[in-house]
Amino acid sequence: MEGSVVVVEQLTKRFGHVWALAGLDLEVRQGTVVGLLGPNGAGKTTTVRILATLLAPDSGRATVAGFDVVRDAEALRSAIGLAGQFAAVDENLTGLENLEMVGRLYHLPKAEARRRARDVLERFGLASASGRTARTYSGGMRRRLDLGASLVGRPQVLFLDEPTTGLDPRSRLGLWEIIRELVQDGTSLLLTTQYLEEADRLADRIAVIDGGKVIAEGTADELKSRVGGEVLELRVADRAEVARAAGAVIGLGPGGAQVDNASGDITLPVGSDGPGILAEAVRRLDAEAVILADIQLRRPTLDDVFLTLTGHATEAEPMDGDAERATSGRRSRRRRRERDR
Amino acid sequence: MSAKLAERTAARPGVIRRIRLAIADGLILTRRNLLHYVRVPTLLVFSTVQPVMFVLLFRFVFGGSIGRALPPGLNYVSYLMPGIFVQTSIFGATATGVGLAEDLGKGIIDRFRSLPMARSAVLAGRTTADLFRNLVVVLLMTSVGYLVGFRFQAGILFAVLAVLLAIGVGWTFSWISATIGLLLKDVESVQAASFVWIFPLTFASSVFVPVDTMPGWLQVWAKADPVSVWANTLRSFTLPGDPQTLNLGSSRLALALQSGLWVAAILAVFVPLAIRAYRRTG
Repeated sequence: MEGSVVVVEQLTKRFGHVWALAGLDLEVRQGTVVGLLGPNGAGKTTTVRILATLLAPDSGRATVAGFDVVRDAEALRSAIGLAGQFAAVDENLTGLENLEMVGRLYHLPKAEARRRARDVLERFGLASASGRTARTYSGGMRRRLDLGASLVGRPQVLFLDEPTTGLDPRSRLGLWEIIRELVQDGTSLLLTTQYLEEADRLADRIAVIDGGKVIAEGTADELKSRVGGEVLELRVADRAEVARAAGAVIGLGPGGAQVDNASGDITLPVGSDGPGILAEAVRRLDAEAVILADIQLRRPTLDDVFLTLTGHATEAEPMDGDAERATSGRRSRRRRRERDR
Repeated sequence: MSAKLAERTAARPGVIRRIRLAIADGLILTRRNLLHYVRVPTLLVFSTVQPVMFVLLFRFVFGGSIGRALPPGLNYVSYLMPGIFVQTSIFGATATGVGLAEDLGKGIIDRFRSLPMARSAVLAGRTTADLFRNLVVVLLMTSVGYLVGFRFQAGILFAVLAVLLAIGVGWTFSWISATIGLLLKDVESVQAASFVWIFPLTFASSVFVPVDTMPGWLQVWAKADPVSVWANTLRSFTLPGDPQTLNLGSSRLALALQSGLWVAAILAVFVPLAIRAYRRTG
């Protein structure tokens, strides 16, 4: 059982003059969930599109379920399921018709396609809506139907590209629940996400991707310990006091403090002793008579992981995603969808 | 596990099974596309309202003046309706490109491309569904034609041939439209672009008016325009007697051959182009 179902070696893909993938390495072992975590334009979608044979790589090698993405593309497709960032369901067909159609296109016999479609609808809480056209579904229901469509073929490997982007918190929790159940059935899953929390909840291992390369790989705990555990964030009431406040708390945590003079924010990694350092920070600032607007301990976010691993924040990097969209002509399509949302 | 994978690679379907699967997949998508007309009947209504308006406009508004330019013994409605069949089929073909651009925009093509289905199925299913839709529209136009005085005057066989030619032309243009839809990928651009090439092809032809009323330079274009050839062929299939005397230029057989050659030539260019564009949509 200890085989690798996805093996990616030195994969590159260029759109125009921008490298969307610049030598990506990745592995998904059978029955595990790997989260591909990164900001917009890091190369997450390009990776999934290449693995799902929608896009040909420029160089490098990738196999899924033992099939090469270029040479054995046709055989590969019967081993995978793909659910995209945008719910790719046919609005004018009913939920049942959508899933049945996908089942037939996996070349299942008619009765079997229908049986599986009903199973999936039942499992995803869509049974009562199965006879309604998908046009009438809510955003969360469409996403579940889209996910369902990727499962009708009982794929060995499942690719989910930002499965919860654009969903409200409640639908997001519901979808996480469903994905967790899937994984218990032993499906191997590669999931892309911009949210550390999502990767944390769902993935066994996380690969952090930036500029088309994996820059860190490990379990959620391993990555977080590289960031230094929790983060203390405080804001002074009077910006003129930022330097004095920073002077007071610097050296409290294992890492250096980040000071934003404009907003008056100070961020400090605190390692495993969050409450202790919080208490000490409050005592010192009180002694200095610095008045605080806000102070909190929070879990590290993707931004913190990025800051630690790359030295820059995530916002500075939307570049290659834009180029990718423009080159493949999908810009208007995304724009339209964003408007729809 | 590796043994299991090797087995699957070896079990690649043979040619006959592949063709059977390709047809099955094409039909599944044809059904899917046709279901859209059942679920959203306004789609079909709007693809028929415009042609009906054209019939009424040319029959009753322009028909009086244009009719005078026709050879004696030929009334305008008999001249007009075959042209309308061709024009309607070509205009209707724009739906092929729009439909594909829509599917691309919604990510549905991505899903299809990730499934182990035949690569031909998306294009085959779309063009076949549009063929059926066009058949319905042409039959409806025939009924409207009958209401305003048009008759098939060359017998049932030629009437059937006329309908087949009309939908054949529509199907041919579906492939041009598919190529445009897949290259432009955006519904509004596809709609705007379609009329750029459709207008000169259909209006500067013998569809609505006899070509010899046009200035000399335009006659050169209009006579070479395949749309004129198809319209004239359809006229030779719907009018009685010898088409030569009706100023159509050639005999039925010669017109039919020319029509067939044009259809074959356009398909030979645009079927491969559409398939190539589809392969590159990733």
